[in-house]
Amino acid sequence: MLHMVNKSPFSNCALESCLRFVGDGDVLLLIEDGVYAATAGTVKSDLVESALRNKLAVYALQADVEARGLDKMIEGVQLASYDDFVALLEVHNCHSWL
Amino acid sequence: MSETPRKVMITVRKAPHGSIYVHEAIEVMFIVASYGMELSVVFMDDGVMALKSGQNTSKLGIKGFMASIGALVDFEVEKVYVDRQSLLDRNMSEADLVSIGEDEDTEEPIRPRVLDSREIAEMMADQHSIMSF
Repeated sequence: MLHMVNKSPFSNCALESCLRFVGDGDVLLLIEDGVYAATAGTVKSDLVESALRNKLAVYALQADVEARGLDKMIEGVQLASYDDFVALLEVHNCHSWL
Repeated sequence: MSETPRKVMITVRKAPHGSIYVHEAIEVMFIVASYGMELSVVFMDDGVMALKSGQNTSKLGIKGFMASIGALVDFEVEKVYVDRQSLLDRNMSEADLVSIGEDEDTEEPIRPRVLDSREIAEMMADQHSIMSF
């Protein structure tokens, strides 16, 4: 399952809830305001950091990261191009945590 | 031509009445069920508050959807689940939840089933598609 989160973790619990329900082999893709969760050193960084420790593959959509000027990314978060995004959608069922 | 029915899950994660989401979710439940798809519904996060008993929207001047929730089973929306953690986080328990129909034989109320995250996660992994409200 590809879990997509598009809300900031500072204003919405979508990411926290999503992480309670991820399973083996699942992938997390942060898009839109969801990419703020990939910032290191914030009060919400532990969400993504512990997901990575639990071997969850975490991507952030590069276009959204660049659009927001994020430069302190959590180590281990992979940047996804639009092509990567499409490739992920081709191999996974998608669950959008709107 | 016989095909296995599509497994569709609807998740309800927004509080009722403040927005149209829960209302829309219920409409979609009825539609999906009427197409004979294998539907499961999960109420989680603020969505669990949509199942709180004793809701009365009359002073808001809206009809609300409690009647629809009470008739879910009649419209073949039978697999209705609630996330236990979301209830606990909001100081709610199974006893706070409305019924979603009546048993045909005994006329006992049917209540949504409260499940742990793990059980819900397994169910999610098994779906063809998940619609989030």
